[in-house]
Amino acid sequence: MSTSNNPITTAIRRATAAGRPALVAYLTAGFPSRQHFREHLLAIATEAEVVEIGVPFTDPMADGVTIQRASRAALEAGVTLEWIFSELENLQPKPAAALLIMSYLNPLLAFGLERLPEAAARAGISGFIVPDLPNEESGEMRPALSAKGLTLVQMVTPVTPEARLKTLCVAAEGFVYAVTSTGITGKNFGATEETIAYLERVRAAATVPVCAGFGIRSREQVDRLKSHVDGVIVGSALVEVLERGEDPAAFLKSLWA
Amino acid sequence: MSLSSNKPDMLKQLLHGDYPDARGRYGAFGGRYVPETLVPALDRLESGVRRHLHADDFQAELMAELRDWVGRPTALTPAPTLGRRWGAQVWLKREDLAHTGAHKINNAIGQALLARRLGARRIVAETGAGQHGVASAAACARLGLPCTVYMGAIDIERQAPNVDRMKLLGATVVPVTSGDRTLRAAIDEALRDWVSDPDGTYYLLGSAVGPHPYPYLVRELQSVIGREARTQMLERAGALPDLVAACVGGGSNAIGMFHPFVADAAVQILGVEAGGRGAGLGENSATLSYGRPGVLHGSYSMLLQDAHGQVQETHSVSAGLDYPGIGPEHSLLHDSGRVRYESATDEEVLDALAECCAAEGILPALESAHAFVGARRWAQANPGKRILVCLSGRGDKDMPTLQRLLVPSSPERAT
Repeated sequence: MSTSNNPITTAIRRATAAGRPALVAYLTAGFPSRQHFREHLLAIATEAEVVEIGVPFTDPMADGVTIQRASRAALEAGVTLEWIFSELENLQPKPAAALLIMSYLNPLLAFGLERLPEAAARAGISGFIVPDLPNEESGEMRPALSAKGLTLVQMVTPVTPEARLKTLCVAAEGFVYAVTSTGITGKNFGATEETIAYLERVRAAATVPVCAGFGIRSREQVDRLKSHVDGVIVGSALVEVLERGEDPAAFLKSLWA
Repeated sequence: MSLSSNKPDMLKQLLHGDYPDARGRYGAFGGRYVPETLVPALDRLESGVRRHLHADDFQAELMAELRDWVGRPTALTPAPTLGRRWGAQVWLKREDLAHTGAHKINNAIGQALLARRLGARRIVAETGAGQHGVASAAACARLGLPCTVYMGAIDIERQAPNVDRMKLLGATVVPVTSGDRTLRAAIDEALRDWVSDPDGTYYLLGSAVGPHPYPYLVRELQSVIGREARTQMLERAGALPDLVAACVGGGSNAIGMFHPFVADAAVQILGVEAGGRGAGLGENSATLSYGRPGVLHGSYSMLLQDAHGQVQETHSVSAGLDYPGIGPEHSLLHDSGRVRYESATDEEVLDALAECCAAEGILPALESAHAFVGARRWAQANPGKRILVCLSGRGDKDMPTLQRLLVPSSPERAT
């Protein structure tokens, strides 16, 4: 699969070419308020190369307390995938960052796999991350997205066996989402020698950029990781910044500048 | 993801024992929808199941524990008074007499033995009514494994006696205050625990739900119910039953009872879901009556959800059935037409529970009482038949609920 013209890969390479780690930033759509979603998204997109737009789900089994809380609040505020797409269609100006949808599988199934790729492409989405859809179960989703030029981003983890890691990395499109540690999102983690060695293994196997995520909250962590990955993914920490009413762009800039 | 509609083929494959297939599918249902972190753990579990579950030495160990510690085989009890009232010949498969008071122990001891063979350092489990939590705590104590049980805060309140039993048996009980604070949130939390330590922790899932190979593993361990009952019916009644009935939440006692009867074409099979307060959204837990296909807790099956794929809050007077999903094999059995599924309302269930107490001197669990509602309904429409009911657990744990809802009026209800 050709990756050179993939907008996600291109956005990440833009940062690495400028000598800094790419930032992949996550926000839960419509949290902390529906009214400020577009404003927050555009502010984040000034600093991040890729923005993951989280679709809230009632049972986010891979997420820690921050994203659970944000998801619940967004659902109570009536956030749906339809609403997210319509907000994105009305987004002005169009952001330079590549946009991804991060969603558990069931809201996507309910939307309908037959109309999802077209609706996403129309909303300016470049790809999807589906945390409860392992490679073996992606046989319908992947080609459906691919037909509209959309990418399905693959995760690998520190407990992924070597042979599987190679298979997943070789097949990966956009970027490889290297989960830093076992467990759920938002849990602080220390980048040990073991973590670094694992990230190097991922980088050696991957043909697309590698971004590390889960538990990244500080400049110190980014400094430690940046020579071993192409980018870092910041989720729970950014959601907490938004929750406290602070400036998301300033926070993202503080992670590397 | 589309429902297959080729029913004759599906039924033929079902009877031939082709499910689950190599991908953990029951027709369109099942599969393995989990975070990447859990894929290697499930691969190891699957190969462990393949290597040990049907091996002679594992089976010998399991059978010895089922006999000496669980107290199997459990009795098959004729219920002549219920039979006269219903116009049928009624037999009860007494899982309430199994150690810890419900069928859950069959699965818990089997998986705990497997976990020990696979080198697990600790066990996590979820529980709704508390029966699986108690069974897991007991099995772990028996085998010397540390055990943590996740239980929804609402369930902790309504099943208080079981919480203290788990603690006494050495388990750590973690109240779950996230999500809907019942069984579903407890499974979410158990999965989050497991995903944090997929190598050292064994997740002892209590129902026939979840990612492959759990629905298969739980079915195999619970099928002892149906195998024993089938043999006992032939010995005691001299014939197979005309109807087999069981309650269905996630569906572990039901799949265990049904599986050995699926190939007996003359035996009708009835699953009874929790109809709660009625048909409205959030008023029941009757997944097959009101649900649509979707993915929750690692498998594709029928699911109570809204138009946006958000999982519905559910209600049932019985904590053990208060769950928006159902095991994938039940979705297939429903879809193929081999098993009929109905629902029973809270009110009908309380009435059936009181009837069983008064008629047979047996207090069934609120969960099990759902099966009695369905069986009685069927008996009235089909007079003079042989009916086998799975009495999946004892009702002692339900006393806080029963004291509130039933005890003041029980003499009237029972007559």
